[in-house]
Amino acid sequence: MKELSLYILDITMNSVRANAQNISILIDETGDTLDLEINDDGCGMTEEQVESLSNPFFTTRTTRKVGLGVPFLKMAAEMTGGYVEITSKSEREYKDHGTRVKARFYKNHIDFTPLGDMIESVITLIQGSPEINFLFRHKKDGCTVELDTAEIRAILGDDVPLSNFEVLAWIRENLKEQYENN
Amino acid sequence: MKSVEELMAIKEKMKGNVVLRNEADGIRVVVGMATCGISAGARPVLNAFVEAVNDLDLAGKVTVTQTGCIGICQFEPVVEVFEEGKEKVTYVNMTAEKARRVAEEHLRDGKPVVDYTINNTSL
Repeated sequence: MKELSLYILDITMNSVRANAQNISILIDETGDTLDLEINDDGCGMTEEQVESLSNPFFTTRTTRKVGLGVPFLKMAAEMTGGYVEITSKSEREYKDHGTRVKARFYKNHIDFTPLGDMIESVITLIQGSPEINFLFRHKKDGCTVELDTAEIRAILGDDVPLSNFEVLAWIRENLKEQYENN
Repeated sequence: MKSVEELMAIKEKMKGNVVLRNEADGIRVVVGMATCGISAGARPVLNAFVEAVNDLDLAGKVTVTQTGCIGICQFEPVVEVFEEGKEKVTYVNMTAEKARRVAEEHLRDGKPVVDYTINNTSL
């Protein structure tokens, strides 16, 4: 994939499909590192499932037998000298179930995939799952861009879904302005 | 700065503008957003549909939704159009530009863009 933001969109879709209510996407850029963390309170995975994640022949999907989401992310991180770490608590065993995906990238490495358009990935996620609480926070060199869809929903009430075109346009502009003002 | 006031204004505006959509009469546009779709360029395709539906004032009859892997990864980005009483139309190898044309000719004018359908693609 050409942009890290596409990997982030793809990996976050796993949280959506795990029926998460709350998902946070945290990006922290300091010096030459980019740290990514995606947390969800979805159904989680068993230890065995987590272990088989980097195996492309593991997937919970039934339409085909290959799952490339996590292997792709792992490859992108490891190519820069970084890593991916996944921890999970299955709903079968834990009340506080969910999954955490952590990835580190080294930005100065020649194989680093540029972050790309993170705003479009966030918009795509909200459009597809307006009922989920997404917290997006991007820290870079002391500046922070942040969006919490729970706050926006609290203002809008129940009548206007977050997938409403004008709301999405507002969110897009809001994020753009935050990035420009930083 | 995009302010809370503007968000409130959107809310107020929507109050008098509640679309009573009868799902059965509507058109459903479904974009494949699994790993295969995303890496092939589904993100701009989805957003092009969302934008076109608004620009062409079709929000009352068209909904744009996302789905996982449809099972024909080599043809991604794949878009399916469902309409009650009509056969499903499957568009393959989509782009944002093609999405715009599908929105105008198919979603608005009711004529599927045969050039982009899977039936018109050599397998």
